[in-house]
Amino acid sequence: MWSLIQIELYKIFRRPRTYIAFGAIAALIVVIQLGLKIDGNSYAAFLMKDINDTLTVDGKVLNGYLICYILLQLLLVHVPLLVALIAADMISGEANLGTLRLLFSTPYSRTHWVLAKFIAASVYTILLLIWLAFLALFVSMWIFGTDDLFLMKSNYVVLIQQGDVLWRYVGAFVFASFSLLTVTSLGFLMSSLANNSIGPIVGTMSAIVFFTILSTLNIPLFTIIKPYLFTTHMNNWKEFFDIKVNANNEAITGSVLNIPKIKTSLIVLSLHIVLFVSASILIIKKKDILS
Amino acid sequence: MIKVQHISKQFGNLKAVDDLSFEVQAGQVFGFLGQNGSGKSTTIRMLLSLIHPSSGSIEIFGQPIEKNRAAILEQVGAIIERPDLYPYLSAKEHLQLFAKVRKQKIESARISDTLEKVGLAGRAQDKVQTFSLGMKQRLGIAIALVHNPSLIILDEPTNGLDPQGIADIRQLIQYLAKEEGKTVFVSSHLLSEIEQVANQILIIHQGKKMVEGGTKELLDPQKRIVQIKTLDDAGTLQVIVAGSFSNYLLPRKEGIFLKIPTYEILLLNESLIKAGVALLAIESKNALEDYFLQITTNA
Amino acid sequence: MLTMKKYTIVFIACSLFSLIISPKAHAQTNPLIEKVAQKLALVNDYVAEGVMKTDVSFIKASLGKVKVYFKKPNLLKVKKEGGISLLPRGGVSLTINTLLNTKQYTTIPAGTQVLNGKNLTVIKLIPTDENLDWVISTLWIDPVEALVYKTATTTKENGSYEILMQYGEYAKFGLASKIVFSFNTKDYKLPNGITLEFGDEDPAVKQKLLKNKKGTIEINYNNYLINKGVPNSIF
Repeated sequence: MWSLIQIELYKIFRRPRTYIAFGAIAALIVVIQLGLKIDGNSYAAFLMKDINDTLTVDGKVLNGYLICYILLQLLLVHVPLLVALIAADMISGEANLGTLRLLFSTPYSRTHWVLAKFIAASVYTILLLIWLAFLALFVSMWIFGTDDLFLMKSNYVVLIQQGDVLWRYVGAFVFASFSLLTVTSLGFLMSSLANNSIGPIVGTMSAIVFFTILSTLNIPLFTIIKPYLFTTHMNNWKEFFDIKVNANNEAITGSVLNIPKIKTSLIVLSLHIVLFVSASILIIKKKDILS
Repeated sequence: MIKVQHISKQFGNLKAVDDLSFEVQAGQVFGFLGQNGSGKSTTIRMLLSLIHPSSGSIEIFGQPIEKNRAAILEQVGAIIERPDLYPYLSAKEHLQLFAKVRKQKIESARISDTLEKVGLAGRAQDKVQTFSLGMKQRLGIAIALVHNPSLIILDEPTNGLDPQGIADIRQLIQYLAKEEGKTVFVSSHLLSEIEQVANQILIIHQGKKMVEGGTKELLDPQKRIVQIKTLDDAGTLQVIVAGSFSNYLLPRKEGIFLKIPTYEILLLNESLIKAGVALLAIESKNALEDYFLQITTNA
Repeated sequence: MLTMKKYTIVFIACSLFSLIISPKAHAQTNPLIEKVAQKLALVNDYVAEGVMKTDVSFIKASLGKVKVYFKKPNLLKVKKEGGISLLPRGGVSLTINTLLNTKQYTTIPAGTQVLNGKNLTVIKLIPTDENLDWVISTLWIDPVEALVYKTATTTKENGSYEILMQYGEYAKFGLASKIVFSFNTKDYKLPNGITLEFGDEDPAVKQKLLKNKKGTIEINYNNYLINKGVPNSIF
């Protein structure tokens, strides 16, 4: 099995297309960091408009930690599309090339091949996330420095002390990996249904957009299904950045407001991953390889 | 080596393979003949468990394919239809990749030898996207051979090859069978090539087996098939029917064909000229091609 | 005789006029205020260490260590030790020290009031210098200890706020051990399109935000370094 994973990783990283996503993320992040470095104060002032009516905020609000949060908010909506580019091509791309029949006529079973491909696609996804983390967090920290994380949410503000931030980002990135792996597994499932990659890539992106809309619309009809949609849970990495307060409204350092929500989301995402991959295996096992 | 019993494959309303049975013995070169769309590739894909038969059973090396797939395919090398490969990998990388999926360790020297065998040693480092169709075909064959399998399945192995390439593949097949004792299952629609390498043939038409047997038995070398070309086919036919060569006439929709012992061709020639037939030519036909056309036309 | 009367009227008129036209020149003082001011005058500068707590309905912040720097007459800076600090807009700079050290005010007695079991004298201050930031300030002062326990100040541009004080070992300098700033808060809201938060809003959070329109910032001082010198660069 390890040989198969090595082969699949080798094939992924020998293709020039693979590096498009890494380049795209780097370009996006650099552009945003540059923009904020040049004109970030206007952006911060806009965000803090309401607060400045009441309070004076003293300190480096626009620091690396806040920049990283802003970047993650923007990119973790778009990175799934880059993940789908590779994941949705894993099986259908080979079918289109005609190489799928070569792989499936080797001694390894189709289940082995499908799992190896999924693991390889997952490694690619995790590496993409690590690259994103490096650029969004560590490069932002280097450019903008660090201070407390002053998070302006829609209805309230969370001020997290410097020393209490980094572990939250580790948690958020681990959570984000589950979110992205769910996208990987969905793309993979789509890929197992087709013999060329355009359909699965478009299908994966469409599914994400469609379910995201269902997850965010506050229509009572959709309330029943929302908890079961993976898109409802994908952005709950943000829960790592909400803290508990005691009876005196003092924030409790090191706390997370809603751990059960994080746990539930992780379970739902994991179940989706298992479901999608299992479905892929079943489909491929039953399929006649005609390509 | 291969035992196929009553396999069928239905795709919706189309029966691509219909109750097909045959056996391939160890050491044979088995020619699997059929026109395009006759069910050859479907049958080969079933042998390699790429397609699930609708009914019937397949045994290879005496074991059912669905239960002992891994062990069986460890000893099988195959090329299926056109040579589809990874354009961004080189020839050598392809062999290294496919060597990795075998349980046995395949040394680097073996990879080099295999490339040498198929005439690609000089292009080992080049990416496949720069290869011609013939070169890709050779590489496909190399992939089938790299792990030294005892059963080799070649589906249209001479596709896209020039005459020299075709001759090379023919020699390779003969070498593998005679010198290395491999069993070779080769399908083609190039009948002349199969005729020269196969010692057992099966002709498939519309998914059904038409005939199976030894090449020598099926094609009597003592008799040749000739076509008589004249200005008056109808008159010539009457002459032949009335004469002593009527037993050699082959039923054909068009043209006059006889299967006649070689030594009687001269007598036939003399007889026709004597009868005043406006004889243009007596042409000798490819035996197997004619046999194949005969079988498939009359089906 | 008529001339004498005339001169007296002119003198009184001039005095009254000078009072009106040159408020800067002359501030009315109150003996209790003077007593408080004398105590505060002992302090030229201080550096105080403390713990700051922010209690605003729409802010979640933990306790933070702060240093408060003061230099006569009215320089004040609150610095959080590493990190972002939130302070009421314009309010923190107007402590008793800075209010009284200007000496640009008129005092108006306003009776007495019991606050937390203490009988306190209430005095209003009205600035005589129109360049000052504040409009009126009310002080609740213990007449015996000469300590201010509460101020309520209305500023020109930053609304109104209250400061409650408690005293401990530094009472003799008029320096509080605990200060609580109370102020009115405005609504806070960022559009979902900016924050990219499209999930369901927590009703408990919404309820809490609707109820509470006041905020407090509390500083508990645990150490004062008095008259050791504070460079101007701090401010």
